[in-house]
Amino acid sequence: MSLVFNEDQELLQDSAKNFVSQNAPLSVLRQLRDTNDDRGFDEKIWAQMIELGWAGIAIEESFGGFNFGHVGLGVVLEETGRTLVSSPLISSVLLGATAISYFGSDPQKKYLLPKVVKGQLLLALAVDELPIHSPNRIESFATKVDGGYRINGNKTFVLDGHVADKLIVVARIDKGGVSRQGLNLFVVDKKAPGLNIQRTLMVDCRNCANLSLTDVYVEEENRLGVDMGVDHGASRLARVLDVGRIGVASEMLGSMQAAFDLTLTYLKQREQFGVLIGSFQGLQHRAATMYSEIELCRSAVRGALLELDNLHASDDSVARIASMTKAKVSDVAQLVSNEAIQMHGGIGMTDEYDVGFYIKRARVAQQFLGDAAFHRDRYASLNSF
Amino acid sequence: MQLSVFRADVRAWLDINCPETMRLPAVQDEVVWGGRNFQFKNPDSKIWLERMAGKGWTCPTWPEEFGGGGLSKEEAMILSQELSRINARPALTSFGISMLGPVLLESASYEQKLEHIPKIVRGEIRWCQGYSEPGSGSDLASLATRAEADGDDYLINGSKVWTSYADKADWIFCLVRTDVEGPKHGGISFILFDMETSGVSTKPIQLISGSSPFCETFFDDVRVPANNLIGGVNNGWAIAKRLLQHERTMISGFGLADSLNSDADHASIMDKVEDAAMHYRGDSGRLSDPVLRDEIAKFKIDSEAFALTSRRSLEESKKEQGPTATSSMLKNYGCELNKRRYELLLQALGSQALGWEGSGFKIEELGVTREWLRSKANSIEGGTSEVQLNVIAKRVLGLPDILNMRKGRD
Repeated sequence: MSLVFNEDQELLQDSAKNFVSQNAPLSVLRQLRDTNDDRGFDEKIWAQMIELGWAGIAIEESFGGFNFGHVGLGVVLEETGRTLVSSPLISSVLLGATAISYFGSDPQKKYLLPKVVKGQLLLALAVDELPIHSPNRIESFATKVDGGYRINGNKTFVLDGHVADKLIVVARIDKGGVSRQGLNLFVVDKKAPGLNIQRTLMVDCRNCANLSLTDVYVEEENRLGVDMGVDHGASRLARVLDVGRIGVASEMLGSMQAAFDLTLTYLKQREQFGVLIGSFQGLQHRAATMYSEIELCRSAVRGALLELDNLHASDDSVARIASMTKAKVSDVAQLVSNEAIQMHGGIGMTDEYDVGFYIKRARVAQQFLGDAAFHRDRYASLNSF
Repeated sequence: MQLSVFRADVRAWLDINCPETMRLPAVQDEVVWGGRNFQFKNPDSKIWLERMAGKGWTCPTWPEEFGGGGLSKEEAMILSQELSRINARPALTSFGISMLGPVLLESASYEQKLEHIPKIVRGEIRWCQGYSEPGSGSDLASLATRAEADGDDYLINGSKVWTSYADKADWIFCLVRTDVEGPKHGGISFILFDMETSGVSTKPIQLISGSSPFCETFFDDVRVPANNLIGGVNNGWAIAKRLLQHERTMISGFGLADSLNSDADHASIMDKVEDAAMHYRGDSGRLSDPVLRDEIAKFKIDSEAFALTSRRSLEESKKEQGPTATSSMLKNYGCELNKRRYELLLQALGSQALGWEGSGFKIEELGVTREWLRSKANSIEGGTSEVQLNVIAKRVLGLPDILNMRKGRD
């Protein structure tokens, strides 16, 4: 498979680019922030995205999707990253729908996925319990009771957890807080008694939530993968998170490219000492370095998306390239967002100018589903060193 | 021809024609550079070269009328895949193939192509590159080697430096100044001549690694026929830059060292930095030094992303014509990666990577020492990393040239 887009993918990219630049510029995010919007995303724009079919790109046709693959979803995420579009695309589609696709039984998929594609159902995935991403350290516990489970535990950094109709909660069924055994995913309704959802306003103007679950009752049929027994969890969860990591890396790629383009434009406009500052070698070399690093990120993201669509890829090979990509993209996101501020000088520090939005989003995205250090450690382990 | 048919044909041909010893991992002193005086260490190398050159497959995409393979890019890709499938060694490695040939095909006259291209394909003439001069390194266009018209000839005087393998080459492609008036870029010509011409002499330069791949080359009233000049008088700079793009693409391959799969039977502990690091610490399963572990992971991640970028650039260049200014990015990144690799190997091996010669060290350990030193040239040869960053800034990113801006104000 080719690292260069084919015609269909190019068409999708062009249409996404046009849609985002015309309908969802960065000013939308600014407006959502300034008006303290209680949902944190623009519902009209989301409705249009649903209309365009974006929620179904990577979902099989038999479950209401368009079977266009993860490369397609990645293309769209990259474009929405350019203007920092805040939408449930990551929470509900990239993570929620993927969790259901990988874990769900056929009836669960048939019931839930078409609703996601049509925008009738918003999902959120609740994994982390600590401020540091550690998907194997799950203490939330599901006790078997008659007809289902009672879940107790706390979750943090749950993207769009405050607007989701259903929360997909990772909890363990056996004992032991760090074991890979016994992890299961439960679909919990937002109104379930005992579930407390606290919205957390993040620096990137998107929305997360902290959850606390006290004796929350979940019926057996709402445990994902009821037909698979209770012990299939950790490796499947890793695969779902890897899809998320690669998708988020696609979005980060679009954002870093936009921040870099903004910076490059500034270097070609701003005069000091009687010349354009872009003519200074001290800045040129740093710009050239950023360009090179962004190109490496683009290749990593494309390679990773292809691997997700490769039916013969093993979980380990997906894991390796996901960690490779998330580590690389996180490092470069840090570099580019820092340099973007510095090269803009004073104006880069002002709220009025857009570049600040990029550094804020970059840090949240870097941390989300594991930062560069987390993924280098995982990559080294996967490579047996 | 259908590509699947072509693949089957290639496979069948290779099966019969690639000698067994040519399917073993390449050995440095058996690399076939070709040329009038080339000694084949392994007789199979000669057979392999003759068979491949006979099909034009030493230069698969070059036109058949000049001896090339005449393959489409898709066919050439299949040939290269089939060659790697059987671990075939390159039949011929030369600057004629990687640097000179492509620009001759673009810029030379029909007669010039007919004269030189077939000899490159067959490995009959070994070429060297006369670019840098003692006073002209990064500022290559300031070169001063003079070519003065004298009847139907040019008389060439001056000297070149860092001429790779000048002492082994048959011919040189050389940048000379044919006009001393006007802007420096506008007075340069690209000319070819025989290294056996009277007045040419070479002197090897010993490097910090102890080896001498480069020479100083001197020209003292060297008489060269005027029709050896390529692309017209004073038009040499454009050709020179184009050739540099090809050279940079070639050198960027250094950055792929980590991602090459080595044959399990011939694997060395040095092939993977992490294996070496664990071996010299007596670790198994997990590297005990957490800082080095993180550094190696970072290096390998960059290497993988770089290998994907090389692949993507190759796929993109199919749509366009040959390498572009992004070759500077690949050259720069690939060289810096290779230097990082050797610095990490030094950390991995500790004092065993610091031997110079003699007992107490394995040959492959001494090899690391020498290659580490050699790698320092990667970011100097073919244009320094700083020059590559300048090229990216100006040609790819379109940032303004401060020299032009200041001139505009005078």
